[in-house]
Amino acid sequence: MSIARKTVLLVDDDQDFLLQQKTLLQAAGFDVAVAQGRAEAETVLQKSRPDLAVVDLMMEHMDDGFALCHEIKTNWPNVPVILVTAVARETGLEFDPNAPKGGSWIKADAMLAKPIRFEQLKREIDRLCG
Amino acid sequence: MRNMVETLRILVVDDEAGMRMGAKRALRSLRVEVPDVECEVALELDDAPSAEEAIEKIKSDSPHLLLLDYKLPGMSGLDLLDRITEMDGETLTIMITAYASLETAVTATKRGAYDFLAKPFTPQELKQVVSKAAARVVLSRQARRLAEERRLVRFQFISVLAHELKAPLAAIEGYLRIVRDRSAGDDQGAYDHMVDRSLIRLEGMRKMVTDLLDLTHIESGQKSRSLEAVELAEVVRDVLETFAPAAKQRKITVSLHTEGPLTITADRSEVEIILNNLVSNAVKYNVDGGNVDVTLKGDQESVRIEVADTGIGLSAEEAGRLFEDFVRIKNARTRNILGSGLGLSIVKKLALLYGGDVIVSSRPGEGSTFSLVLMRKVPNEGPAPADQP
Repeated sequence: MSIARKTVLLVDDDQDFLLQQKTLLQAAGFDVAVAQGRAEAETVLQKSRPDLAVVDLMMEHMDDGFALCHEIKTNWPNVPVILVTAVARETGLEFDPNAPKGGSWIKADAMLAKPIRFEQLKREIDRLCG
Repeated sequence: MRNMVETLRILVVDDEAGMRMGAKRALRSLRVEVPDVECEVALELDDAPSAEEAIEKIKSDSPHLLLLDYKLPGMSGLDLLDRITEMDGETLTIMITAYASLETAVTATKRGAYDFLAKPFTPQELKQVVSKAAARVVLSRQARRLAEERRLVRFQFISVLAHELKAPLAAIEGYLRIVRDRSAGDDQGAYDHMVDRSLIRLEGMRKMVTDLLDLTHIESGQKSRSLEAVELAEVVRDVLETFAPAAKQRKITVSLHTEGPLTITADRSEVEIILNNLVSNAVKYNVDGGNVDVTLKGDQESVRIEVADTGIGLSAEEAGRLFEDFVRIKNARTRNILGSGLGLSIVKKLALLYGGDVIVSSRPGEGSTFSLVLMRKVPNEGPAPADQP
């Protein structure tokens, strides 16, 4: 009997990002659930309990990622959240969420700038739910 | 720029207290009119009895305009003029000469004075000279502001563009790596799908680059336009043919309604760009099994092209910003539809070029109608001067 596989929830409105990360995570031995927006992600979270969520910052609305992240941290406090964003430079959000200034309000456990390298994502996932 | 207040600081430098007071009194009632610019000019008046004190005030207050007496105790007016030129060159100097000496005026002008005024002068003469200099300061200030705005717009455009091109590059690169590393195992279907997605993203990039070239052509005014008699229905038929396969695949019915031949004087390729964009959108943002209706109407002066779809529609807020560069409406129903965000901005710019305009009427969930009006005769030959890249 193998150890229980971890489930990662991927939330992004970019279907290519979803498909690629899903393929790579599955190859690395994870189960993957995907959602193309905040509402879909909520449905997934209510039905199943992922071990970790990877959430894109900007989806339909500018702050969907933040809102979802906050929601996960409120209702499912044990689910780590990795926020990814393609606009790190534009939004000035390149700070460490663990630093007192950023972490206090962002609530995410890690932040990664797009395009992300899979090794980088994998390392964060292992660190947060290994 | 309407209702803008431009502040103008004037420093009167003269060793005679009476002159300083008199000049300030005269200028207090001055109303500066700047041709072609709607703005109020507020004057702030200050004075200095010597060149030395003037230098201190120039350093601390950087006045825009200097009324400078030629003859001053200590450092002379001409020496101060030299110092000002060395200091920044932003301050305009009106040299006040003691006598009506042409020679002094010429010397001052050679050394950087903007204008001169010969003593004795009437308040009216003073006002006239100051008014002219003030208008010049305001105009060059506004020109600088406009240049800065354009620089910012261009910069913004380029950074958005770079961002928009980076996204498909990242997607294609991601797929290539997965295919190379065989990360999907033996699932050949998965690889086929990834190659298809890469091709779709490449097509999107190609469209973006094409749109960008169209936009640059329109805005740079470089494109040589070849105006000819263009039969609209003919162009529409060609365009509809191009999109027929995409429409057929989604069971969208495309029709043309026209009451006979309708000819305008235009550059055929520009009309094609307009119709390509409108019809492409009408198909792209439609529902499966929907309709696209292109209607052509015309009178003596103009033609009206209506492209109506039965697609997802727009809210009033969305419709309001639809014609701006790189605006794409993001919601659950558009997230898998690719687009450059430049198409409608191009349509709008071309419509304006033909003395017309394009508007949209729409309701979410019920479809959109784009109405385009073009003048039958092009109002001016050349495109409007570029204010964007």
